[in-house]
This record gives sequence, C-alpha cells and structure tokens, in this order.
Amino acid sequence: MLSSILPTLWFCLVAAMIAVYVVLDGFDLGAGILHLLVARTDAERRAVLASIGPVWDANEVWLLAGGGTLYFAFPALYASSFSGFYLPLMMVLWLLILRGISIEFRNHLHSAVWEPFWDAGFSLSSALLAVFFGAALANVVRGVPLDAKGDFFLPLWTDFRTGQAGQNAAGILDWYTVLVGVAALAMLAQHGALWLALKTAGEVERRATVWANRLWWAVAAAAVAITIASFGVQPLLKISFAERPWTLVFPAVGLSGLVASRWASAGLRRFLGSTAFIAGLLTSAAAGIYPCVLPANSDPKLSLTVLNAAAGSYGLGVGLAWFIPGILLATAYFVYTYRSFAGKVRGS
Amino acid sequence: MVAYLGFCGIMDALTIHRLHFAFTITFHYLFPQLTMGLALLIVILKTVAIRTGDDHYHRAARFWAKIFAVNFAMGVVTGIPMEFQFGTNWSRFSRAAGGVIGQTLAMEGVFSFFLESSFLGAFLFGEKRLGPKAHWFAAFLVFLGSWLSGFFIIATDAWMQHPTGYRMDGAGLIQLSSFRELIANPWVFWQYLHNMTASVVTASFVMAAVGAFYLLTRQHEEYGRTFVRWGVIAGTVSTMLLPFPTGDGQARGVLESQPVTLAAMEGQFHTEAGAPLAILGQPDMERERLDNPLTVPDALSFLTYRRWGAEVKGLDAFPRDTWPDNIPLLYYSYHIMVGLGTLLGAVMIAAAIGVWRGFLYGSRPLLWVLMLAAPFPYIATTAGWMTAELGRQPWLIYGLMRTQDGFSQRVSAGNALFTLLGFMGTYAILAMLFLFLVGREIEHGPEPVPGA
Repeated sequence: MLSSILPTLWFCLVAAMIAVYVVLDGFDLGAGILHLLVARTDAERRAVLASIGPVWDANEVWLLAGGGTLYFAFPALYASSFSGFYLPLMMVLWLLILRGISIEFRNHLHSAVWEPFWDAGFSLSSALLAVFFGAALANVVRGVPLDAKGDFFLPLWTDFRTGQAGQNAAGILDWYTVLVGVAALAMLAQHGALWLALKTAGEVERRATVWANRLWWAVAAAAVAITIASFGVQPLLKISFAERPWTLVFPAVGLSGLVASRWASAGLRRFLGSTAFIAGLLTSAAAGIYPCVLPANSDPKLSLTVLNAAAGSYGLGVGLAWFIPGILLATAYFVYTYRSFAGKVRGS
Repeated sequence: MVAYLGFCGIMDALTIHRLHFAFTITFHYLFPQLTMGLALLIVILKTVAIRTGDDHYHRAARFWAKIFAVNFAMGVVTGIPMEFQFGTNWSRFSRAAGGVIGQTLAMEGVFSFFLESSFLGAFLFGEKRLGPKAHWFAAFLVFLGSWLSGFFIIATDAWMQHPTGYRMDGAGLIQLSSFRELIANPWVFWQYLHNMTASVVTASFVMAAVGAFYLLTRQHEEYGRTFVRWGVIAGTVSTMLLPFPTGDGQARGVLESQPVTLAAMEGQFHTEAGAPLAILGQPDMERERLDNPLTVPDALSFLTYRRWGAEVKGLDAFPRDTWPDNIPLLYYSYHIMVGLGTLLGAVMIAAAIGVWRGFLYGSRPLLWVLMLAAPFPYIATTAGWMTAELGRQPWLIYGLMRTQDGFSQRVSAGNALFTLLGFMGTYAILAMLFLFLVGREIEHGPEPVPGA
C-alpha cells in the first residue's frame, strides 16, 4: 500500500498535466478547426490567429512537459505506448509540424496563394489532431494487446471491431476509437468557439457564438454515446467506480461543465464550463482505468499499472523536489502571459 | 538471394532506427545552435543599446529578432519529434533507462520550454508595451531558457556517454540512485561549455556573414559594419575557446572514460610511444593503418599526456567488440570538426586584426571570406556531434547497454523506413521554407536609419 503512494501521486500529476494540455491547447486547436468557418476575410483570420498567437506555443509545451514527466515517472508506459502507437504518433508529429509553421509563417508574406494555403494547413492539422488525440485516449481506455515483455504493435486499422480478449483483431482505428475521435473533434471545436467568442469581436464573435451553440448538441450527444460505449468496451470502468465511488466527482464535474458551457450567462463562464467538461471527462477516464495505466485486452494480467510501470521510488521522490517548484514557476509564467493578454484582441 | 541478404544488411531495423534518429537530430540541431548563440548576441546588442543610449543597436536587435523568430519556430517543430522518438524508436532503451534520463528530459520541459515559450511572445511583439528595460529582461529570459534547454540535453547525452548516479534493480532496469551525480556528472561540464561555445561561433559567423553581405552589396552599410564588428568580436573569443580549454577538456574526458574512442578518432591503430598526430589520411580497416598519412611526429603523445614520448594506446589495446562500429566515419567527423574549427579560428583572427586596424570594412576579399564562411560552423558542429555519438558506439549507454539492444523491437524496418522517408520529405520542404523566409528578411534588411 505504502509503495503505491508515490506512483499514484505521479499518476495524478501526469493525468493533471495531460488534462491541462487538452484544455489549453484544446481551445487553440478548436480555433483552428473553426478557422475557415468563422473567419472569411484576411482581417478576420488575423483576428483568430491573434487570439491564440501569444499563447498557443506555451499551451503546446504542456504536451512536451507532460510527455517528459510521463517518461520519467512511468518509463515502461512511455516505451510501450510510444512504440506501439508508432504510426499514428508519427502522423501526430507531422501534423504538429504543419500546424506550427502554418501559424508562425502565415503572416510573413502577403500573397493570394500564401495566406490561404497556411489557413487551410492550420485548419486541417487542427481538426486531424483533435481526432487523433480522441482516438489515442480511446485506445488507452479500450486497451491494447500487450505481450509478456510489455510491448505491442497495432496496425492503423483492421476490420473496425474492437477485438476481444485473446484475439488480436483490434486496430488503432475501430468503431469505438473513431467514435471518440469524432467526439473529440466536436468537443474541441466547441471549446475553441467559446474561446473565440470571448476573445474576438464583430463578425467572428457572432459566428463563433452561433457555432458554439450549434456544436453543443453534438457534444452532448457525443458525451452520452462515448459514455455508454466506454462502459461497454472497458469493463474495468464499472469496477473502478463501484470500488471508489468518490471518483464519481470527476464525471459530475464534467456534467456540470457541459451544462454550463451552454446555459451559463457570461462568455467566460461558458468557456470555463467547457474547460470543466473536458477536464472532467479526462479525469474520469484516468480514474476509471486506475490502477491500470495501459490495460491489456489480450490478457488482463499483462496490463501496465502504476506499480509495474513506475520508475524507482528514489527517482520518483527526488523528482518531486524539482517538479513542484518547476510547475509553480510555469504556472506563474502562465498567469503573467494570460493577464497581459487579457481582453478582446483588436480585430479588423 | 545474395542481393536480398545485402538489402537486409543495409536496411535492417537497427540501421533504419539509427538513421531515423541521426537524420532527425542532425536536421533539428541546425536551428537550436543558432537560437542559443543568437539569443546571447541579441542580449549583447540590447545591452549596448541601453548602456550607450544608441537606438541603432535597438534597431539592429530588432532585425535579428525577426531572423530569430523564424529560426526558433523551426527549432520547435523539429524538436518535438526528438522527445517522441526515445519512445517510438528506442523503446527498450527508454524502458530500461527512462527512470534516469527521463528526469533531465522532463526538467527541460518544465524549466526551459515553459520559460522560453512564455516570454518569446513578449520578446518578439512586446517591445513597445514593455519599454526597453523590461524588454531586455524578456530577451534575457528567452536566452536563459534556451541555454537551460541546452544544459538538460547535454546532461542527458552526458549520462549516455558516462553514466553516473544509477543502480541496476532486480528487474534489470536502470534506476536513479543519486540526482546530484546525474546533474553534476563530470562529463557535463566540458561538453556543455564546448557545445555552447560552438553555438556562439555559429551565431557569430551568421551575423558577420550578413554584415559582410550588406557591405559587399553596398546596402544597409551602417548595420553591415555593426554586424561584422560584433560578429567578429564574439567569433574571435568563441573560436579561441573552442580548442582550449573546452575541446581539450572534453577530449580528456574521452581519454579517461572512452580510451578506445579516442584511439579511433585519432586513427591510432597501434599502441606506440611518441605517437604522431594524424592531420590527414584515410583509415584502412582491412590493413589496420592510415593510408596517405600526413602526421606531426610525437604530437598526439604530447596532446594526450603532455609528454612527447608518452605511450598512447591504439585500437589494438582494446577488445574488438568494444571498437566503435564505424571507425572511418568517426575519424572523418572528428577531423572535419577540428580542421574546420582551426580554419574558422584563422578567419576570425584575420578579421579581428582587420577590425582593430580599421581596414576590414573596405577589404573586399576578407568580406567575401566572412560571407562565404557562414555554412561551415554548421558543418563543424554537425561533425562534432557525429564524433560524440559515433564515438559512443557500440554502446547506447556507455558500458551498460549496446545500441543493438535499445531499439523498438515491435517496430519493423519497413514501418521505420516509412516514417524516415516521411521526415526526409517534410524536412526538405521545411528547409526550403526556412531559406526562403530568412532570405527575404535579409534582403528586406533592418529598418532604415532615421534621417539617412
């Protein structure tokens, strides 16, 4: 019991960092998904980019810092999942490259072929990344065919069935992971629409508000669908919530966030609502598979857990000594950056 | 059948995974080396601007900030794949050693990436809002973040070169046993200084080359003189620090912990007293000798042990299965690094004399040399890193884990080749975009001098 305290603490920290990543980069991904829909003129598109310009790169750092923290705290999980999800991760990298240069290079040149090209690149890469991240999370929840060494390798798709225990039919894309990928697309788009409504003015704000309201129904339907599907695909979830009923607080936060993201009065509250919704969903998934970090759908005994995937206790202990001040510093930078970036961006 | 086996030999999974990492890291490092060196030079320009009150230096810093922005973006987008590849392509290594090197890699994210990314925006776009002092501080924080990032990466590599502060646990995994020994690894000190000095050399040559280009084409000449002068000052100091003490210090670390690597770097096949230093020559692995050698008698003994007659161990003093697995490439990398470093130092000394005696800005031949020299520091740093990484072979973690035991076994050669080709195509396009955008910035030039 005692030996599981440090690994569990790091499990919570890594899960929190990933949740912070999805919430923060989520709104700039969402802005990208809607970029071509809410902004028609060059001035409007500049306003969309200006609304994420000073923060998107720092938001993305949460992915790197979260990934690095996962690497040091759970080396076996990092090794197994990154090599097993080899092809989709490489595609994520290419999409991140396309997205980064689309944002950074767009405003270097004025030309009828230059800006529209990068606008399309920004939008396409943002949308595909949302789908990939959703599918990635679904793969972790569904489980993967781990072998005795803790390795697996999945093809991109097979027959789109989820695969049963003992069989090896699953691919990275099956009906369940595609469903969660599409759900993530809707959720991040709505999250981004609420951000744009908050940060922009005029036509962009108006269109973003319309999209946020429209997308809410898709998000609500998706939330119901993936909840039912997840309990069907991964029996561990039911067991976890039955064993630790207090963890129902995470889905409760998510649900109230979902309601607030549509019905709260002010724009900021609605944005915080979608923030709570996404964070609630991710923490529910984390709490639902705990103590697994990567369930095996081949043989449950081969699952990677917080205990068998964690680094040595000395390393985990000493890690806290630099992690706590480090993350406090990072939080201070974020408070500074977002405060100096308060208010609506000047659009056209 | 023979052809098929040959194909397997060249295209086996181990080789592809090694090429994958080598290609992506080599391309990536073209950008951070300029980021780190240029961040320092920009801080220097802004310091001069504040201390002298001369707005010319603020305008010069603003010009370099634009180049910095394009370069930084390239470093970020090509850097993310590096963090992933430890897991995607080297999963057995990551599983075994992640508890140790994950520490330094996670620290890079937490301490350096957050710092850089948070203040880059303030540095690039916030000059008017922040005022000169606070803007100087934003530039300084970006500089600090990039140099911290360099430190954590060097600390990671240093641990692979010279593992410290670890223990093996019951499951055969490598666990951290002393955080202090990991961070204060003696290998870190000289490698960090040598590497950061080299990044200043790169930035100095780039700055001087742009200045020389402006002077030769008779445009933006006031800026041209500033860029040449500061490029030459920083370049002279940094090229002088490259061989001594930083390069010498690092070579001593190699001698102590990887003597077989030093023998291979120098092309020293046989143990001998009064060993000569090979300047030129081609390693002949079949006959175990250097072909067409051009040597300085006894010099290797002197450089290694400070005694002309000292005995230097050759490759024959070590078991063959501990020899680096590509000795000719290692030997050439090392000699290209040293040779270019020497030439670059000579160029900078000549230019420094030109600055000091006041003839540089009118000396077209010297300006031509400065302009054309810009690519060579990049080649030298690449060769230097190839020396470090090829020299570590056949080990992935020196003495602990062989490279052949570290790659992801479940990722087949075909899948790895697919993504290697993908990166090659992506990076070819990125390289063109980068050159195009930086070329435009240089052609556009700094803002015009008021009243000129």
